[in-house]
Parts: sequence; C-alpha cells; structure tokens
Amino acid sequence: MRLCANTTPCREGQEEMEETMNITRRKALAFGAAGVTLTLLPLTAQAVTDAQVLIDRFTGGAAIVDGPLTITAPQIAENGNAVGVEVECPGAKSIRVLAPANPNPEVATVHFGPLAGRHALSTRIRMAETMDVIALAEMEDGSFVQAAATVRVTIGGCGG
Amino acid sequence: METIDARPRVRVPRTARADEVVQIRTLINHPMENGHRVDAEGNTVPRHIINRFVCTFNSQTVVEIDIEPSLSADPFIEFEARVSESGTFQFAWFDDNGDMYQASGNIEVS
Repeated sequence: MRLCANTTPCREGQEEMEETMNITRRKALAFGAAGVTLTLLPLTAQAVTDAQVLIDRFTGGAAIVDGPLTITAPQIAENGNAVGVEVECPGAKSIRVLAPANPNPEVATVHFGPLAGRHALSTRIRMAETMDVIALAEMEDGSFVQAAATVRVTIGGCGG
Repeated sequence: METIDARPRVRVPRTARADEVVQIRTLINHPMENGHRVDAEGNTVPRHIINRFVCTFNSQTVVEIDIEPSLSADPFIEFEARVSESGTFQFAWFDDNGDMYQASGNIEVS
C-alpha cells in the first residue's frame, strides 16, 4: 500500500483510503508521537474523543466559555491537501487550530504579539477526510473559547 | 540532507497611515514532509516541516506561529499588523533540519 505524495491528490478507493488512515493513526498512537494521554486511549477511540483530549491538552481542562472566536472554512473542499481556513478572535492571546481526524491532528498555534492588528490568521491546512475543524482561543484573562466548522473533503490530503 | 530552495515571498504594503492595520501575506516553498508519506521504494520519508514562523516589526513581535505537520506544503500565512512608524518587517521560518529562511519588507508610514 502506498500513501500519496503530499502534493498529489489521493487516487485510491475510499475503502483503501480509510484503511490507510487507520494504520497511520495506529502508528501515531503506538509510537506515542502525540503524547502520553493519547497512548492511554483504546486504539479504536473515536475522533471525538481524540479531539477532546487535544482540546484538554491546550486548555488544561479549563471550561470553555462563549467568546468572539470565528472560524471560516469552505463547506466543501475538493482537495484535502490545501484547505483555506481563517480564524479570528479579538482579544485572544493565542489561537490553536486542530484537524482532529488527521494522523497529526495539530495544525498550528498562533501567538499574537504587541503589534498584531486584527487577531486573525489565514492559512491552508491538510485534511485527511470530512471532519470538523476546531479552533481554540486563549483569551487575555486566561479563559478559553472554542469554535468549529464542518468541511466535507472530496479527496483527502493523504498522510495527514 | 538536501537543501531546500525555499524562496520565501512576502507582501507588505509600501505605505500606510499611522496606526493603520495592514495585511501581510507570506508564502514559502517547503515540502512539509509530515513523516507519514511512503516513497516509491516503500521507505517512510522522515518528517521535515517548517515548525515555527516569526514576524517582527522594528524588533517587536507581530505574530509567532508554532506549526505542526497538518499545515499544507508550501505554507501560506496571512495576518495583520498595526504600524505606528516607518520601519521594516522581518520574517523568519525555521525547519526541522535547523535551517532558517528569512525575508523582510519595508513600509513608509505617514
């Protein structure tokens, strides 16, 4: 079985694709690339559980409050190798972006400095399959805000 | 390790009014190998990504970004900065091999 190059769309069938994804996720878990908490989960853990672990790791388990965080992403992405995503949160110290169903769910964390204008970031991310992209913002007062956007991915960005 | 022809590109407005918020766009060529891809011989291609990006203006931080493997190849990053004086934006990208790529852009503030 062969994973696709990053720069070329995946041509394999959906079934084989899913199998590929499972194997890579297991590998990621087995080698503990993502940390101790994740390796303690059963290998069959649902993406939702994975997402919650990742969220807790960023927030330290703190409660999520309402806030002005927005995440903008296309409803349908034809190419999972590069999906344009924008996150914005006035008053945020930092914003983390997660793609929970990817083999490496973490995408990026932006820290805003004193000269940041609008506290926003636009970038392109990899998406292995259809999922909710999650944004988490840490506010100046130490509270956390969460937002998510569902993106339907037609052709996955293989290998995450 | 092969050296990457990264060719960083940045777009900074040439002029702005004092305290204006300006849009900054950056792009850099980088394969962003995520450590999962298998090559034609069946060997796993080792992880090699840009893991950090920093933008400063006159030595003060605008944004710092910790980057993980799920960012796309040839990372595109767009953000905004508030400028109160003329000066220089400095951009730096750091990758897993310890290489650093740099770019800069000047802005005239009136």
